[in-house]
Amino acid sequence: MCLALPARVVSIDNASDMATVALGEVKREISLALVDDVHEGDYVLIHVGYALNKVSEEEAEKTLALFAEAGLLDPDSAETMEAES
Amino acid sequence: MKYIDEFRSQDLAKTLSQAIHQAADTDRDYNLMEFCGGHTHAIFRYGVQDLMPDNVRFVHGPGCPVCVLPIGRIDNAIQLALEHDVILCTYGDMLRVPASGRKSLLKIKAEGADVRMVYSTQDALRIAQQNPDRQVVFFAIGFETTTPPSAVAIKQAQALGLDNFSLFCNHVLTPAAIQNILESPEVRDIGSVSIDGFFGPSHVSSVIGSRPYEFFAEEYQRPVVIAGFEPLDVMQSALMLIRQLNEGRHEVENEYSRVVSRDGNQKAQTLVAEVFELRRSFEWRGLGSVPYSALKVKKAFVDFDAETRFDIHTEPTADVKGCECPAILRGAKRPSDCKLFGTVCTPENPMGSCMVSSEGACAAYWSYGRFRDNAQSPTGKKAGAVA
Amino acid sequence: MTTRRFGQRLNIRNDRINMSHGSGGRAMAQLIDELFVKHLDNELLRQANDQACFEVAGGRMVMSVDGHVISPLFFPGGDIGSLSVHGTINDVAMSGATPLYLSAGFILEEGFPLADLERIIISMARAASDANVPVITGDTKVVEKGKGDGVFITTTGIGLVPPGIEISGDRAQAGDAIIVSGSMGDHGVAIMSSRENLEFETSIESDSAALHGLIADMIEAVPGIHCLRDPTRGGLATTLNELAQQSGVGMLLQENAIPVKPAVSAACELLGLDPLYVANEGKLICICKAADAQTLIDVMHKHPLGTQAAIIGEVVEDEHGFVQMQTAFGGSRIVDWLAGEQLPRIC
Repeated sequence: MCLALPARVVSIDNASDMATVALGEVKREISLALVDDVHEGDYVLIHVGYALNKVSEEEAEKTLALFAEAGLLDPDSAETMEAES
Repeated sequence: MKYIDEFRSQDLAKTLSQAIHQAADTDRDYNLMEFCGGHTHAIFRYGVQDLMPDNVRFVHGPGCPVCVLPIGRIDNAIQLALEHDVILCTYGDMLRVPASGRKSLLKIKAEGADVRMVYSTQDALRIAQQNPDRQVVFFAIGFETTTPPSAVAIKQAQALGLDNFSLFCNHVLTPAAIQNILESPEVRDIGSVSIDGFFGPSHVSSVIGSRPYEFFAEEYQRPVVIAGFEPLDVMQSALMLIRQLNEGRHEVENEYSRVVSRDGNQKAQTLVAEVFELRRSFEWRGLGSVPYSALKVKKAFVDFDAETRFDIHTEPTADVKGCECPAILRGAKRPSDCKLFGTVCTPENPMGSCMVSSEGACAAYWSYGRFRDNAQSPTGKKAGAVA
Repeated sequence: MTTRRFGQRLNIRNDRINMSHGSGGRAMAQLIDELFVKHLDNELLRQANDQACFEVAGGRMVMSVDGHVISPLFFPGGDIGSLSVHGTINDVAMSGATPLYLSAGFILEEGFPLADLERIIISMARAASDANVPVITGDTKVVEKGKGDGVFITTTGIGLVPPGIEISGDRAQAGDAIIVSGSMGDHGVAIMSSRENLEFETSIESDSAALHGLIADMIEAVPGIHCLRDPTRGGLATTLNELAQQSGVGMLLQENAIPVKPAVSAACELLGLDPLYVANEGKLICICKAADAQTLIDVMHKHPLGTQAAIIGEVVEDEHGFVQMQTAFGGSRIVDWLAGEQLPRIC
């Protein structure tokens, strides 16, 4: 329900726990109070001025690949993607 | 925009559409409830319904925190602005929601009340810093996605010694709402609302993780797929739900794995647990009283609790006569089933929250989908498709 | 032309508007002389009458009026001054008329800095002279502090329609092509970005511009254009709905064909807005016979204000007057009237 978007971390200010993120060409200051271990170049999910989570590049690629394979997969042998532990 | 555009690809949409058509068993219907208003919005805005077979239907659930907020709570916010002369800071979503006496925050702003739209709790804190002689109240709404920012705001206010800042807490919890729907007579016994599976909310899940849904899948024997926000995510998740149903499984699957993990964001959860606690019960518009479904500010932070500071009491209020929001929020009726829809109740003149919030089933249906009922639609799209 | 008859010159750098500037006396005359007439300078204005008198060739005349209450007064790519000139020139030109003259009424709030007023007037003057449409008469009033928003400007424009040109919102017919002259949403996003503290790598500026030159080229190539309108408040979506209703038709758009700058797209994502509903101030919608569409596109591409012109859809029969759109995703949706101003959302 919540309008949250993936944005790229452009710069970090450790003192204030804030970062500048870019969505395409638009930049905005957001708070890192809810996440740890964020670096420049990472992608984070932003919502109401806060980073909520990091976006996993690896998982994103996997998901896109699944979309593409959808037409080819035999439904009977489809792997169930278990929730991450 | 990376991680956005790729998930809206038309080519992949066609691929997924074919796969869904192949997988869906023509001898049965699939009624899939998307709990989350963001999914409702995506479905309508991109026209996802057009790419699905007729026997796969989207049922719109109550996952719109604006829609489920009882009128009484908005009345309280209005009171704060009018009677206590506070600077009332609110997210844009709440401005036009109609409360008692056809008032809204936008209307009282026009009458001179100091109501300010903010994008973030940080804006509200800044306003409090800049106006030390005024009381500043932040009207906090939202599910678990929006709650951690509120927790941070209270802690920051404490750290800064902002004693003119307080928060009016209306945060509500997703699992409680899902349970309420599954427990409701229509779903459980009468069977008049058929819900075969759920799309789990994207961003709530990024905070709470996928673990809380495992209970539902098991207890109510229905599959849950946590779905990303983009239209391809919705389609892929529909495919996964259909496959589970075909195979007789009822598990929790995570399509939105690029952001959601089983445990969620522990740091955010800890912060929320530090600042907020469960209310015994809370009235939800359309769902009635739901136990352990909402949060209030803990005693340790009572200095920043607007309800205590301003001694707020919430009156129970009835919906407008004829308004079917309660049934629509539970997926028991469709917007077109409501007599007020399109006649008295329109986006310009909303009678209930389902019409005001752009994610409400009625507003979404009005803005994006009502042409489907028009049999003469020039695009020749199927008339009467569940939108 | 400012002489010593007013004694001391206005102290533009430090002074502010006060009630005497609106009282009709010497203070007001000095304000008019040293700010308005000085910069908007033209022969008719210099006559210093309460009205301007001029000859017109015979034919049909067009008149249009606009109030400008924008906030902030200064924004990337323009200000209330240039906006008011462009806006009224465009309203006149959308009928196919050649704009001739403008008038401007100012309501100034007590306390408004003269420096800001001068900035606005200079901007108006430049816009008017670039467009070759002078401001030939005006009026100034002052209201008490708190009763205005700095400055409100009302502009009226007149123009002359060449014979044989019939452009009107009720002339769209099924089968017609729908064209836009360029990217959608620039102006509204420029305004919102300064309000919402958004920064852009490549800054988004308002597209505020006078379109009468582009329109003149278009009409020369295709005199039989059916409709012209600029999608200002409420954006493309609202304006198309207006036209559909006026003409009693429906429309079918192709989302892929609608030009939107990537930065505008990104800003809208961030705020939860739909670019189709965001205001434009230097773009036009043109509805014409399908056979004429490509000719118009070619002509528009040659003009600096039409380089991104595109055919975005077609007019269809529809008694309900729906504006429908084939989404870039492959599904379809309606593009409805805006219900009140679009608000940034979190949900």
